[in-house]
Amino acid sequence: MTTQMKVQTSTLVGRVILKLGNDVSTDVIYPGRFMATVLPAETPQYAFADLAEFNTQLKKKTFPPHSILVGGNNFGCGSSREQAASTLKGHELVIVARGFARIFLQNAINLGLRTIVCPELEASEGDDLEVSEGRVVNRTTLKSYPIVSLPKARQAIINAGGLIPFTRKRLLEKVGKN
Amino acid sequence: MSMTVVQKILARATGQASVNVGDVVEPAVDLAMSHENAALVINQFTEIYQGTGLPSRVWDPSKIAIVFDHRVPAETSKTATNQKKVREFIQAQGITKFHDIRGDEGGICHQILPENGYVRPGAVVVGTDSHTTSHGALGAFAFGVGATEMASIWTLGTVLNVEVPGTIKVVVNGEFASFVSPKDLILHLIGKLSAEGANFKVIEFHGETIRKMSTSGRLVLCNMAVEAGATSGIVPADEETRRYLREEAGVGESLDMVSPDPDAEYERVIEIDASQLVVTVACPHTVDNVRPVLSVQGTAVHQIVIGSCTNGRLDDLAIAAKILKGREVAKGVRMLIFPASWRIYKESLARGYLTDLIDAGAVVMNPGCGCCLGVHQGALADGDVALSTTNRNFVGRMGNPKSEVYLCSPAVAAASAITGVITDPGKGAN
Repeated sequence: MTTQMKVQTSTLVGRVILKLGNDVSTDVIYPGRFMATVLPAETPQYAFADLAEFNTQLKKKTFPPHSILVGGNNFGCGSSREQAASTLKGHELVIVARGFARIFLQNAINLGLRTIVCPELEASEGDDLEVSEGRVVNRTTLKSYPIVSLPKARQAIINAGGLIPFTRKRLLEKVGKN
Repeated sequence: MSMTVVQKILARATGQASVNVGDVVEPAVDLAMSHENAALVINQFTEIYQGTGLPSRVWDPSKIAIVFDHRVPAETSKTATNQKKVREFIQAQGITKFHDIRGDEGGICHQILPENGYVRPGAVVVGTDSHTTSHGALGAFAFGVGATEMASIWTLGTVLNVEVPGTIKVVVNGEFASFVSPKDLILHLIGKLSAEGANFKVIEFHGETIRKMSTSGRLVLCNMAVEAGATSGIVPADEETRRYLREEAGVGESLDMVSPDPDAEYERVIEIDASQLVVTVACPHTVDNVRPVLSVQGTAVHQIVIGSCTNGRLDDLAIAAKILKGREVAKGVRMLIFPASWRIYKESLARGYLTDLIDAGAVVMNPGCGCCLGVHQGALADGDVALSTTNRNFVGRMGNPKSEVYLCSPAVAAASAITGVITDPGKGAN
């Protein structure tokens, strides 16, 4: 078992710092006007840039790592821009949503941004959530909600620690260096 | 076993007789497209090779297409520098399908790929752009990926760990009423499915209306399939596909006309009577918030945009010119026209469309797609309402979170330009 896999399956506790509704688009997560900034290390400053107050708090590092962003259905819909995943990864946020749009979920997994699919979740800003294998417990309301496993095809990439190490390993196998 | 068209394409691309929905496969890629975000792909690609001791070479430079379209010509030195880095990479790797900022070859990626014959029926096409679904219009399995995914594809020539998607079959029969277009059909379908109703699924289009529809119209349908969350939209290749590729894209090679088995299994079948469809708009701030144009008729607009990978083709400019010829864009309304490629620009110039539009007061811009996503020209003021033939109306989509965007067909855009308010092209503007 790799270190990354341990991180993915271990219990995590975090506070909900922002709750959003359905269909949060990548235009909201990472507005198009910042798309000329591409390098993952440079994208965190523009996370939710149009939610000015939240953006300021993120930049001031007000929130501890593994703080939780709660979304409704279809989180990350729209553009394939990978900055929408790298900008959230840069703040070490955890995204717990009722559902995710395909490309965003794929980008998140590829970059190691932790995403939890929890279709029945009820949570408010300020609640503390405990995420463990198979369920999310809202420690504030004392209610428990099942997690839907990520697509099986994605698990191997998570286990490898992201798509870059996964592909590198495949490349080396291909040329017979491994 | 019986297969949908995408199952057949994936079986072929993995060298198997058949694949089942839910199988995890690694299809070979026929075409891998990027635009300016190739700058990020290059960064991730270089990182994959780091520490391997191997030279970082793309798997097949002839299968990579790069088209500059989001910020053309560059609006800042930062963009210009990114574009320069991409050019240097293209040169070093020997990538041939490169469309730079040039009048003789440029345009929007989702127009450039079809019109140059790069997309073929049965192909696996990936692009670092969510609207890569467009290319299903030519019978290819085409889907959007992120930059790191593309870096992996550049390295291996395959897409790793693809789960064979289930398919929703959409059957459309009947003739459109006057001024009802493929845009109205797809907006209607998105409203019916919702913004996530086809998430992780393919939408396969069938029926008489589709068979009679031009490739230009099919591109509109497949382009916006992603707005219902679909992995891909696809029109199985037919005579119109062959005609388009032969006559408009200049393809001489034999074509692999992949079609689904008649008894293929679908997750859902949706039947639509095209004759019952009405002129439709998507209201702020989601694409599935669709309403008949009549229900929002009279809404004042400040900027009207005709263009994008959705509706910037010759037939779109033709109908706009027909409606606006000899008329005038209402005072206080800015009308911007972005032809989808320079080939379309030149053709619409030769046919007089652009002159008609300019004489009416429209501003003809150079081909490019930056306006749609608020990254290049056509910015909106606080409180502005835009009416646009583009594909998204999310908060802040066109660059200003304090503005609103309505989505519509070119006919609605043109009719509304005359009145300055959202107008049914069949009823208003006279």
